[in-house]
Amino acid sequence: MHHTVEVENLSYRYPNGVQALRGVSLHIGPDEKVALLGPNGAGKSTLMLHLNGLLRPDEGTVRVGGLPVVEEHLGQIRAWVGLVFQNPDDQLFNPKVFDDVAFGPLHMGLDEAEVRRRVQMALETVGMAGYADRLSHQLSLGEKKRVAIATVLSMEPKILVLDEPTAGLDPRARRSLIDLLRGMQRTMLVATHDLLMAAELFPRTVVIDEGQIVADGPTEAILADDALLAAHGLEMP
Amino acid sequence: MNSHLIDVYADTGSVLHTADPRAKVSAVLLLIVIVGLTPMGAFGAYVGFFALAMAGALVGRLDPLLIVRRSLIALPFALAAILLIFTVPGPPVLTLPLTGWAITAPGLVRFASILFKSMISVQFAALLLATTHFTAMLWALGALRVPRVLVAIISFMYRYIFVLAEEAGRLARARDSRSAVLPGVRPRSRSLVFRARTTGRLIGALFLRSFARSERVYMAMVSRGYRGEVRLLNPQPLTARDALIAGLPVALGGLLLAASLLLG
Repeated sequence: MHHTVEVENLSYRYPNGVQALRGVSLHIGPDEKVALLGPNGAGKSTLMLHLNGLLRPDEGTVRVGGLPVVEEHLGQIRAWVGLVFQNPDDQLFNPKVFDDVAFGPLHMGLDEAEVRRRVQMALETVGMAGYADRLSHQLSLGEKKRVAIATVLSMEPKILVLDEPTAGLDPRARRSLIDLLRGMQRTMLVATHDLLMAAELFPRTVVIDEGQIVADGPTEAILADDALLAAHGLEMP
Repeated sequence: MNSHLIDVYADTGSVLHTADPRAKVSAVLLLIVIVGLTPMGAFGAYVGFFALAMAGALVGRLDPLLIVRRSLIALPFALAAILLIFTVPGPPVLTLPLTGWAITAPGLVRFASILFKSMISVQFAALLLATTHFTAMLWALGALRVPRVLVAIISFMYRYIFVLAEEAGRLARARDSRSAVLPGVRPRSRSLVFRARTTGRLIGALFLRSFARSERVYMAMVSRGYRGEVRLLNPQPLTARDALIAGLPVALGGLLLAASLLLG
């Protein structure tokens, strides 16, 4: 199994007529860490929702770990791809932290001892051990973001797909989240407006605008290209 | 967001707190049924039930007055039965002036019975809520074969009521901060129609946001393997201690019921 993502010529139009993606092609290799940049409405989230079959392409194909994203592989692909939504209040839908982190492993059909072991492991990884019995609505935003990542780590995914992991965090919570991501050896695709984080964590950057990939290369080169950034509504702080 | 209205759980670490939630939920449901089956006017039995609830509060190391106060919530509902004091036929105790309506003795007995029975039932429920965490109760309901969909709906309600309340608070604050008044200009916000329209839009916005959120929550569930069936961790077997804690009050309640049926 190669932890790869292969997107070929993907187009998608929402039922309300918005053409969100126009012929996107993207290959991500095993254990590669990629930042996905682009202005609001560029298609970042839409692309991510295709990676575990929540949306299906109008045109083109998506393959994850060598398998095409079609109905019969969805169970397997959703176990491989850990998708974390931007708003942790969407990701954390159980009253108690434990139940949210256990949700994925339970629905994968794992036995109780293994579910408990994975919950423990995932919470430890994100530095939230001891929070299992806390109520999600009593956590701070930074804590919620960490638990949200734990909810997919407990599924032991091969590929992590994160939507705006540092959005809305104060500097300290942002720093600890960046350190957390740096320590993870996995294939990773992270949509963000945080260009400094991209420079710090991701060797490769993909820029998307108006549903098309407009740049794909080493992060250093892309972030140094002021003209490119300005043309697509981005700006180095 | 202040959650004291829902989080009435108070951890005192008593035997009632550590008992299996399934045992407690079943015991309280059975006790409520027993109270419901007790005949009208069996005031001796009612006193017994009340003593049972108060004993429960003491065993749970809770303030008995607190349990009594929470049962006052049943009052408005029991008041719906107030007409019984006029409508149940029997010898009049008192005739109201002007209307000529007569309060009957059996009517009074029946109304008082309904009042006491509903308050005692709520006391048992309050005891359960104070000694069992809401999430433990949800788990117990699922383990006791209450339909999973129903349990999931209660669970979502409990999770998102705070989120919704905060969202509503933010919307209301945004409205208030722009409800400016210029000196000498009569503000439109004085008009009831204008305010009603604003509030209506606010509720509409809240509904649309909740609807969009439900879509995102569903996607978060599906992407973690949800396929239409909510799964729970396997329950541990009940211990003899749990059976005793649940069985004893139910047995006592049953005895009170039997006595009131035999003697009444």
